Amino acid sequence: MSTSQRETNVSSITVLAALCLLAAGGYLIVPHLILGAPTEPTMGFVQRIFYFHVPSAWLAMMGALTAGVASAIYLYRGSERADEIAVSAAELAVIFGLCAIVTGPLWARKAWGVYWQWDVRLTSTALLWIIFIAYLFARKYGGPGSKRLAAGLAVFGAADVPMIYISVSIWRTIHPKTTVVPTLDPGMRPAFWLSMLTFMFMFFVLLGMRRRLERLRARYDALYLEAQDAGLIDD
Amino acid sequence: MSFVGQVALLLWKDIRVEARAGELIYATGLFASIVVLLFSFSFLGGSPPTVEVMAGVLWVALALSGMLGISRSFERERESDTLRAILLSPTPRAALYLSKLLSMALLMLIVVVVVLPGLLLLFGMRVDGGEAWLRLFALLGLGIIGFSSVAALFGAALGRARVREILLPLLVYPLVVPVLLAGARGTYAVLYGTPEALVDASRWIKFLLAFDALSVTCGLWLFEPLCGHE
Repeated sequence: MSTSQRETNVSSITVLAALCLLAAGGYLIVPHLILGAPTEPTMGFVQRIFYFHVPSAWLAMMGALTAGVASAIYLYRGSERADEIAVSAAELAVIFGLCAIVTGPLWARKAWGVYWQWDVRLTSTALLWIIFIAYLFARKYGGPGSKRLAAGLAVFGAADVPMIYISVSIWRTIHPKTTVVPTLDPGMRPAFWLSMLTFMFMFFVLLGMRRRLERLRARYDALYLEAQDAGLIDD
Repeated sequence: MSFVGQVALLLWKDIRVEARAGELIYATGLFASIVVLLFSFSFLGGSPPTVEVMAGVLWVALALSGMLGISRSFERERESDTLRAILLSPTPRAALYLSKLLSMALLMLIVVVVVLPGLLLLFGMRVDGGEAWLRLFALLGLGIIGFSSVAALFGAALGRARVREILLPLLVYPLVVPVLLAGARGTYAVLYGTPEALVDASRWIKFLLAFDALSVTCGLWLFEPLCGHE
């Protein structure tokens, strides 16, 4: 490894460590802010799921968009770096999507009386989640050429994100509209925005770490093949 | 040769291959009729199925049988390496994609020819008036194009991937959920038949039109990077 590469590595690890500390600090403070925030009169205590549900859903969409854009770059420029980012972001879209899909029905059971409604916002979010599960499946079990195939899927998946966002404005739906956050009660804002920021720090920490892992895995594979060619290890 | 001429020539090639082999037409048609029969058996004895059920059966049968035919069609190309041969020729990728899209759409049209009379006969489905029929055909036509646009892209891009027979439906079905949803909701509105319901059906036709425009554009854009490495 060259000196400049080592320096880049050290600086990226420092950034990751700093983000990790910020996220950890956020996770210590945010629960107190959430408990201190005013209770919503109609839904009561259960409305506090909002502070987890909305950031998870936003980051799932951000993960999907990142994976889609990075996949398009990988498809057109063949950049391995873009592919590393795409697979990392796709995994995060699945993880944060799962958080949104679990917290949503828990909240819905109390607010709407049912766990699930075939409402356009819910359907398109579930669809996004399934698309990225299929992406990960294709990469893991698809064999040769599956990276490109999965990248194509991610581009289509990213096209679903604007649809999720605008769905509540176009169709009649029982899911709250996009105007909820801008018109939030001032007492709820610090808890919400700090929660959002903490989740975002966590997103970037995980993205950075997962990307690093993917790069190390690729290097390990290349070294293994080199060693095999040199006859240092058995086939 | 003009672009349209190339598309037509490639499509004619697919039609001639199928006319000689006959494999896909019979297998897909037979499978579609079995699917409709299975659905009709599962609703035997009870009260007559509602229009929601009929609309769902139509689109699920279309999706299942269409996928079977499309999957087999690409497998045949792979066995004889014909797709690779065309990719090696200087044919524009867009012409190849559009010809595949159209041949898949023709295959799905066969499914419609089997499934629709099956529903009219076995489920007592009724479509009242020319306007309703027109809307139903528009929904089916646009739905088939939307489905084929995604299936043609990923079917051709599968290449030498492992678990192809599982991978294709796994990649295509999540992406065509909007088509199935719009198709089923639109068909329900057509079968319901009131003037308000027909207006609703027109809305779903517009939705399918927008989906088709988006997916064909994405398909044309992605075909080269996805299949160029075959």
